[in-house]
Amino acid sequence: MDIICFIKQVPDTTDVKIDPKTGTLIREGVPSIINPEDKNAIEAAVQLKEKHGGKITVVSMGPPQAEDAMREAYAMGVDECILLCDRAFAGADTLATSYTLAMAVKFIGKYDLVISGRQAIDGDTAQIGPQVAEFLKLPQVTYARDIKVDGKKIIVERVLEDGYEVIEAQMPCLVTCIKEMNKPRYPTVSRILKACKELKIPYMTAAQINCEKSRIGLEGSATGVKRTFAPEPKGLGVQLKGKTEDVVKQLVKHLETDNIINR
Amino acid sequence: MDLKLSKEQEMIRQMAREFADKEIEPLAEDIDKSHKYPIDLAMKMGKLGFMGMMVEPAFGGAGTDTVSYTIAIEEISRASAAVAIIMSVCNSLVCYPLQKNANEAQKKKYLPDIATGKKIGAFALTEPSAGTDAGAQQTIAVKKDNEYILNGSKIFITNATNAETFILFALTDKTKGAKGISAFIIEKGFPGFSIGTVEELMGIRGSGQAEVVMDNCHVPAENLLGAEGAGFGIAMGTLDSGRIGVAAQSVGIAQAALDEACKYAMEREQFGKPIGKFQAIQWMVADMATEIEAARLLVRRAAQAKDTQKKFSSEAAMAKLYASEMVMRATTKAVQIHGGYGYTKDYKVERLIRDAKITEIYEGTSEVQRMVISGGLLK
Repeated sequence: MDIICFIKQVPDTTDVKIDPKTGTLIREGVPSIINPEDKNAIEAAVQLKEKHGGKITVVSMGPPQAEDAMREAYAMGVDECILLCDRAFAGADTLATSYTLAMAVKFIGKYDLVISGRQAIDGDTAQIGPQVAEFLKLPQVTYARDIKVDGKKIIVERVLEDGYEVIEAQMPCLVTCIKEMNKPRYPTVSRILKACKELKIPYMTAAQINCEKSRIGLEGSATGVKRTFAPEPKGLGVQLKGKTEDVVKQLVKHLETDNIINR
Repeated sequence: MDLKLSKEQEMIRQMAREFADKEIEPLAEDIDKSHKYPIDLAMKMGKLGFMGMMVEPAFGGAGTDTVSYTIAIEEISRASAAVAIIMSVCNSLVCYPLQKNANEAQKKKYLPDIATGKKIGAFALTEPSAGTDAGAQQTIAVKKDNEYILNGSKIFITNATNAETFILFALTDKTKGAKGISAFIIEKGFPGFSIGTVEELMGIRGSGQAEVVMDNCHVPAENLLGAEGAGFGIAMGTLDSGRIGVAAQSVGIAQAALDEACKYAMEREQFGKPIGKFQAIQWMVADMATEIEAARLLVRRAAQAKDTQKKFSSEAAMAKLYASEMVMRATTKAVQIHGGYGYTKDYKVERLIRDAKITEIYEGTSEVQRMVISGGLLK
């Protein structure tokens, strides 16, 4: 069973601070990590491989720095890594990114399952998986917490707000995972060494995976970011003290001053 | 000299830190309180390759350099010094002498199980009357036909409660003193071998220190490690390597003390502000951080020396001497910053100061380190 696994390198948002002046993320000194739910996807893929054999190829779109994430994925047990790295990919929204990833999947060609995390912690869109499935015309199962393979079918537990569904899908298909899926393993020391000393990560450009120029990067994006900002912090609260009657009067006055009520 | 960590060293650090934070830290207090050997944790670490980091891949190890090993020990020590010494003994005091001195058959038989976490190893040199004077061994090994018969006892043996493979020293020739000492690979199940009293320790509780007793213990002759009479040299060479691990352990405990002290200093308020705003505390923290960094560099230097040159006794002794005395100062300051609370079992620093003390004692006391260092100078 051959699996393609998408991963994204993201800033560790548990460490991220926001510059109060510019409202943008302070990325300096913030460690980059594999997007947590993508790690669940890697673990799910490795478990499936341990059970059913096959090969796992990790695909990521990003700058050369994303190699670190791929080495970590390799140390966890995947077989091959491909980095989609091209200046032309820069500025892509989810549509352009999904198209690019779909083209990479077509380029790889042989696969039974495409798997990824539900969403990345730096964007929280959860759009990539479903859009890639649409591009590739694959059945898709999102929010998966368990995957079983039965011949050419997979049986997936899909989490809903108030329960879960059991869904059967024909392979090839696409699945996005949530963190309840599994506990990602620690890489072993020897795999870390192999990942650093032996693993070769091929870079693929837009042309190599046959992308149309107008459909990738900024040009291929249907949406744009107008402004990034942090919500303004609320001011300190005011505690009204005194007899109930006085407190009510004070409160009404405050509400009037703030134009919340009018008399 | 490049002080930047390589890619794999950085990845090993990250992995060890994550493992320590998520898997060891939550258990560390209980391991200390219950004094119970964390065998499941040790096995888990073995599977990840922590127990035979520098062992050649052909014998089940990961094949890392010593620098990577010290980085991992430091990270594990931040969470639990007891777990760190369990790991350090397997790597430095068992795998290292096996890799260096064992023949192919012995390596094949014993190394993979320890390096992959199937079995725990221990190093049995110290005796009631042979501590710093390790040459004064009283355990006797008499060769009879195709085996040695061992009689005697060893004390303070880390991992002894759960180890299945022991590197053990005994006199094969009483007349030759230290030159009559030989090393053996002992299996727990050999007839006449048993574990005696389990020590009740001040610190590194749960690391399985116990007495080891040989009462007409039958050891196959093929389990002699190295040549007859080569034991003292094997022991001393092994301890040189072990000291780098203990030095790294000291740095890890000290780093944990600094982390705790900084956190507490910014939370605890006196005179209307966090105590970290007072110069008295700031100076202590600055001194701790500086000394930790100095010790860390000595550890790296010793590890690098072991990776690149034949002799590293002096570098290892300096790293261990400085780091172990440094961690006593650092943990003392951390308790001081915590005030009365630091003297209670509710705070981690209370454990850290108890754990720290052993680093000045085992694998050669501070006095022995000074002997080694000065011995290299005053020839």
